[in-house]
Amino acid sequence: MADHSYTSRRELEEYRFSPVVAFAVPLTLLLLQAYLPKIFHKTEILDLPLLAVIFFAVARRNPIAGALTGAAIGLVEDALTGLPIGINGMSKAVVGYIGSSIGVQVDVENPITRLLMIFGFSMLQSAMLLFINRMLLGYRDIHVLWLHEIIRAGINTVVAIPLFLFLDRFKLRD
Amino acid sequence: MESFFSRFKNPLVLIAILLAQTIALATQVRRADDPLHPDGRNIRLIRMWALGMISPFERLSTLSGHSLRDTWSNYLDLRRVREQNEDLKKQLDRLRLERAAISEDAVEAQRLRGLLDFKQHYLSQTVAAQVIGTSGSDQSRLLTLDKGYHAGLKPGMAVITPDGVVGKLRDVFADTSQLLLLSDPTSGAGVLLQSTRIRGILRGSPTGSLVIGNLTPDERIKPGEKVLTSGGDMVYPRGLTVGTIESIKLDPENQPYTLITLKPAANLNQLEDVLVVTATSDTLDPKTQDELAKDAQINAAAVNAERLPSLHEAKDAAAPDDPNAPGAAMPPPDNSRDLVPKPKPILHPDKYSSGSAPPATDLQPGGGKPVEPSVPVEKPPTDSKPDR
Repeated sequence: MADHSYTSRRELEEYRFSPVVAFAVPLTLLLLQAYLPKIFHKTEILDLPLLAVIFFAVARRNPIAGALTGAAIGLVEDALTGLPIGINGMSKAVVGYIGSSIGVQVDVENPITRLLMIFGFSMLQSAMLLFINRMLLGYRDIHVLWLHEIIRAGINTVVAIPLFLFLDRFKLRD
Repeated sequence: MESFFSRFKNPLVLIAILLAQTIALATQVRRADDPLHPDGRNIRLIRMWALGMISPFERLSTLSGHSLRDTWSNYLDLRRVREQNEDLKKQLDRLRLERAAISEDAVEAQRLRGLLDFKQHYLSQTVAAQVIGTSGSDQSRLLTLDKGYHAGLKPGMAVITPDGVVGKLRDVFADTSQLLLLSDPTSGAGVLLQSTRIRGILRGSPTGSLVIGNLTPDERIKPGEKVLTSGGDMVYPRGLTVGTIESIKLDPENQPYTLITLKPAANLNQLEDVLVVTATSDTLDPKTQDELAKDAQINAAAVNAERLPSLHEAKDAAAPDDPNAPGAAMPPPDNSRDLVPKPKPILHPDKYSSGSAPPATDLQPGGGKPVEPSVPVEKPPTDSKPDR
């Protein structure tokens, strides 16, 4: 019975996107992430590529696709920074994987669920970046201001709600 | 075996993705020793592709943004252009005077430096570039410039603005390059405190502030002191403004050293146009030397005018109408007695005093009194008879 319900839910709520949308939306969000801080410096607290990863991972509900999407977006993001390539790639791959896995099991269309999920993933990414920097790269003097990270997660959540509502229009049902 | 892979397909794919990136990270960390080539060839290619994908849109956005802003500012500027023009003329005059005043010192300083055989690196060539994008991350303070190696840029070149130093070039591609800001945690620069002449190493921090560490506490270091580049890092030319000291406190992680936080001279968060220093030289270029020499001559003439009294007459005579002005009294007429110097009145007259000698017409040769002759002079005969 449980399997039947699981399969039915997945069948009902699994979405796909046209190749143009699948390519253009992450690219646009990456571009905005790179361009907006030039005009408004404070907008660098945003993480628009992370929102793209969460949106596509949750909508597709395919952990492998989620992990690959997260890794690809993260690698491009790393390439635009001076950071070693792979820091954001790894953290966003994990977020994409977990997002897809959660999307299978809970109702991610609910605004409250979305809100909690985005906030949680933003905090998870901060924790993963700290882990990668300190443990894998050996940057022992790196510290995370957790209050700053909570504010970042909150702002990302506020931005994500209307953004996801807009992007929902590009979903195609299988 | 097949069931294992099919059952754990998802986590296995995730592990493979993470493993591949971990290996990539390890290779990059091993290569990070060369400051001019922090990335390997493959990593550099990935960065080039990513930037190549994003930078055309950034360039377009910057261009359209500037066009809109320029149109609006042109309209506003037209309304107050005359007033600004007058202000600018006044400012230009003032700056000319200031430049004339300092140019003589500059020439002299250059001569003395030459005597002492100092190697001063002057900015002999710069390339103007425009910021078209950012890294988009507060973990990495990196900006994208619209010029690359086609414009003569190379990794490691210093980047400045009229306000001060902003950073250096990290990766340079064909038509774009990445500017690593001073505030990036991986940045560093040799600096010099202007008044105390204490040298230190400036570095960025994860919060984006500029800090100087590893200096022992010194009472002479005060907030507000200007910090310049020392030139010791062979990247930034010596003497460029970096910023001013904002705060000094003990470094909690590195006792007993202090942690000095700087306020950058240039606004690193709002950069639009920058200058990339493409060449430096040990001497000033001939044109600048000529200009400095001319200014020095003008200044020397001004100093002479101050010192020579004859040149003051024209200035003093130029304001005779002002009765309160110093030296504004009317000059005496040509026949005035005031023109002849008069002796002071005599308090105790004697035989040497002026006016005590008789007039020359009253004087006789030999002196004032008749002298008795030493030989008797025969008197002429009188009317009386001689005795018989």
